[in-house]
This record gives sequence, C-alpha cells and structure tokens, in this order.
Amino acid sequence: MSLSLPHALAVWRRDAAMYRRTWKLNILPNFFEPVFYLLSIGLGVGAYINEMGGTPYLVFLAPALVCVAAMNGASYEVTYNIYVRLTFEKAYDAMLTTPIEPDDVLAGEVLWAVTRALIYGGCFFIVVAAAGLAPLPGGLWILPLLPLTGLLFATIGLVFSLRIPNIDLFSFYYTLFLTPLFLFSDVFFPLRERLPAHWLWVAEVLPLLHPVRLARRAFQGEFSPVMLWDLTYILAVSAVLLLWARRDMDRRLTS
Amino acid sequence: MIVRLRSVSKIFGSRIAVNALDLDVPPGLCFGILGPNGAGKTTTLRMVYGVTRPTAGSIEVFGLDLKKHLRAVRSRLGVTLQQNVFIEALTPIENLRVFGRYHLLREPELSRRIDEVIEFLELGSHANMPVRQLSGGFQRRLAIALSLMNRPELLIMDEPTTGLDPAVRLALWSRIRELRAHGATVLLTTHYMDEAQRLCDRVAIVSDGRVVDEGAPGDLIAAHLAPEAVEVDCTPEEESALLDGTIRAARRLRVGRRVTFYLSDAAPLVERVRAADHRRPLVVRPTNLEDVFLALTGTSLEAAA
Ligand SMILES: Nc1ncnc2c1ncn2[C@@H]1O[C@H](COP(=O)(O)OP(=O)(O)OP(=O)(O)O)[C@@H](O)[C@H]1O
Ligand SMILES: [Mg+2]
Repeated sequence: MSLSLPHALAVWRRDAAMYRRTWKLNILPNFFEPVFYLLSIGLGVGAYINEMGGTPYLVFLAPALVCVAAMNGASYEVTYNIYVRLTFEKAYDAMLTTPIEPDDVLAGEVLWAVTRALIYGGCFFIVVAAAGLAPLPGGLWILPLLPLTGLLFATIGLVFSLRIPNIDLFSFYYTLFLTPLFLFSDVFFPLRERLPAHWLWVAEVLPLLHPVRLARRAFQGEFSPVMLWDLTYILAVSAVLLLWARRDMDRRLTS
Repeated sequence: MIVRLRSVSKIFGSRIAVNALDLDVPPGLCFGILGPNGAGKTTTLRMVYGVTRPTAGSIEVFGLDLKKHLRAVRSRLGVTLQQNVFIEALTPIENLRVFGRYHLLREPELSRRIDEVIEFLELGSHANMPVRQLSGGFQRRLAIALSLMNRPELLIMDEPTTGLDPAVRLALWSRIRELRAHGATVLLTTHYMDEAQRLCDRVAIVSDGRVVDEGAPGDLIAAHLAPEAVEVDCTPEEESALLDGTIRAARRLRVGRRVTFYLSDAAPLVERVRAADHRRPLVVRPTNLEDVFLALTGTSLEAAA
C-alpha cells in the first residue's frame, strides 16, 4: 500500500465536482442548524442568563457553535455520503480500475471531509463575526481549528461507516453519539462545573469538548497549558482512528 | 503475453471462486472468457487489474509482476465494469472529466481525450444531459468511453453488451474491433455465444473457477461436436424410432421436448423426420459455440445411443 497525493486529490476533486452540483441542498440544513441554536438558545435562553464562564452567554456560545458546524460538515460527509459511495454508487470500484489505490481513496475522502468542515465552520464564523460576536483579529485563531475538528470527526465517522452492515445504523450514530456530544461538550454550559470531581475524566473523553475548549480560548485570546492536551487529544485520536480506517478501507475495497 | 495467470486461486471464506486457473492472453487479440453465472469470470478479471488479491498463484500483466507494479499496470489498462458506475447527477462530459483526473490527465490533454472518446462512441448528441436521463445503450457507451480515457493497451470488459438491443451491440462490436485493429488487446466476458463467436479470436470456457477448454471458436466447435445440428421436438420413445439404429448421431442434447442431434451429415435424419411427419417442427443449422458451451459446462448432454 502506498499514498500518492495527486491521486488523492483526484478523489477529492470528484467529491468537489459532485458537491458543486448539490451544495445548495446540502448547505442549507447543515449550516442553518447552528444558526437556529444561536438564535434560540443564545438570544432566547441567553436573555435570562447574565453571564457564563465569565462572558455574556452569546459570547460563550458562539465559538462553540462554530466547532459544531465544522463537526456537522465533516460528519455528514463521512457517514451517509461515504456509505452511499461505497455500497450503492460503487464509486470506489471505478476508481480502483485506475492507478488510484485504497490509501488514496481514504486520503482523498478525509481531505474532502476536512474541506467541508472548513466550509461549514468558516461560513458560520462569518455569521458570528458579522454579528459582532468574534473578537478580531484574535478570533481568527479559530480558523486553523476547523480542519482539526474536521479531521477528528472524519476519522471517527469513517471507522463507523466502514464497519456497519446497513445504512439504518447511522441513526444510532447521530442520536446516540453526535447529539449527546453536542449537548454535553461544553457547548451550552461548562460541563466541568456540573460534574462531581470523580467524574471529571468523563468530560475529557468527549471528542467535541477539545475543539470547543480551544475555540473558546481562541476567542478569549488566552493561552494555557491545557490547550496542549486538547491538541494532543485531537491529533492522537485522529491518527489512531485513521490507521484503523485504513485497514478497514483496504479490506472493503480489495476483497 | 499481455496477461499471464499461473495456478491462480481465489477463495472467499469456504467458497472457491477461482481454482488454480492458468490463462495466457496474447497481444493484439480479442480474448473471451465464457462461463455460467458464478463461474468466476468477474473475480478473474478483478484479479487481473489488481483489486482482488489472489489467494494463491502469480499474475503478470504486460510482463510485469502485478503485485510490484500495480499503479504502472493500471495506468496502461482500461476496465468496463459489469455494472456501470457514474455520477448520475453529472453529464457524460463531467463524468469523463472526473474520471480522466483519476489518470492524472490535465488540461488541455484532458479535454482532447474527452472529445476523442465522445466522438469514438458517438456520444455527442447526449454529452450534456445528466447521465441518469440516458438510455441503457448510451450509458453503456459512456462506461466504455470512461475506460478508454487513458488510451489503454489492454481493455478489460465485463459483459460489455448485456442488456443492450441488437443495433447497439453491433455498434459496440465494431468499436471493439476497431480498437483491436489499432493494436489494443481486449479481454472480455460474455454470456452471448454469438458475440463470442463473432468478436473473439480466442475464448476460454470456464466452469467452477477452472478453464475447461480454450481455443479459437471454430477450433473448439470442430474439436467437440459434429458440424451440423438438427433440432427436433419429440419424446424419448419417438426419438429412438427416428434414429432407428441406422443413423448415428455423434452426440445429442435434450432439454425438455427439444432434442438437438450433432451429425456430420444432417440429410438422412432430416429425410426420416419429414417422412414420419412432415409437419413436425425441425431446425437444421451449423453447430455453434453455444452447443460447445452447453456441452462443456454440463447441461445434461449425453452421447447418443
Ligand atoms: N466479494 C465476494 N465475497 C464472497 N463471495 C464472492 C465475492 N465475489 C464473488 N464471490 C463468489 O465467487 C463466485 C464467482 O463469482 P463471480 O462474480 O466471479 O462470477 P461470474 O462468473 O462473474 O458470474 P456472473 O456471470 O453472474 O457475472 C460466486 O460464487 C460468487 O458468489
Ligand atoms: Mg460477473
């Protein structure tokens, strides 16, 4: 097995060509979801909250929702879309008649999921900035975080998608994994302040918590050692899952 | 040899899909692999272009060890898959562009190749509508066009004409002949014996993952069956009355009421059938590859009494 970047980019371009055709349909639900949360929870519920984590509630919420948008962008891509390409469209069967190899397919797909995370997170960041909720230029530090969030959720989703026997199981992924993550990963309230001391480690296991914490620090313009741990978590978990996905991808494509 | 397989086997779980198969495809020929459903044709082709890894055996393509030169080999061959794979929302041109990039083609060469294959397969009139609106015939032409984007030296086609109407099949045959005339080697599978007989220089008949026999279609027919075939509807009792011990059919094939006799000279049997009942349906024809196929892959063919 070997990776060829030009071939991986050809895979990426296939997805981009398809996306150009359907982006209006795709982007609306993905993108508006965090907008609605910002309006409903941020403005609605936020009106009854003086401050959270030392800032006005909207300012607390906004950077976290940027990460959520990135998470959603990557997740849709590596769940339904990958599954359809793999089992119904047989897109990879066609690719593997050319010099493209399974490693290139994996790299191209991960790259594309990261791109979508960047598109969704980036658009949402513009909304947040336009609403005056992002400190500029310091808040721009959130941007390099978007591909990292994309990478993390691309690898998590891929490992799931490559192993499930049928498409219905994605509802488990969304309702039993992504939704609880969204609700409990420091997005709406600081989880650590609500957990008993001996359960604190649970918070650290949640993947979304780390990008959210980093994003909030980026908006606050503060740097602290815990950010190194957050970065390490994201990179290490992504790397391990990527190796796992690589094995599964090879098995699925070359039986 | 363009393709060389030596004792290649593929085992899926407990199922032996390909069983110690030897295959030699010489350059510049159209080579057909024939065999019943599940015989292992698709699996064999997949091993030739390297997506399915053989459980045992060695494969060389273009004289290169496939395991070591996978990308190099794939860049020189084209594959028409058994099932079409397209991006249905995009047009043929857009599909060709995406596929050309898999071969790392760039502008302006990419557009040049697209024009080339669109002209070659006469797709021009439908080149700008979404693929999902194309008829089966146009879709199949597009599938072949995709596999020609890299100007392959070896074209691998898995049932290229299944499900197509006679006119489209004729058109595709002429394209395939043209490619071969320009020096490409074609390796195809088909369930149509007339197609194999008219298109292929050599065929290998496979059954249960093994090559049962191999050769030029005409030679295979001559080697296995007498040249004339007579088909008659009759019961087994009527049959022995017809033959009457004096006519010696080399072999016969019975499917339900219909019996086919293979004879070096059909005339005496035809006379006898006419004499017995001049309205009895009767077909006299040359023996063809289908007869050989049925004989070799086992549809209860017995030697005549
Ligand atoms: N990925 C796989 N996993 C398990 N079994 C498989 C797999 N691919 C093929 N087989 C089995 O291997 C055998 C040969 O299949 P193959 O598709 O090569 O046949 P074929 O000659 O192309 O048939 P057809 O004429 O129907 O296309 C079949 O029994 C099939 O069920
Ligand atoms: Mg097949």
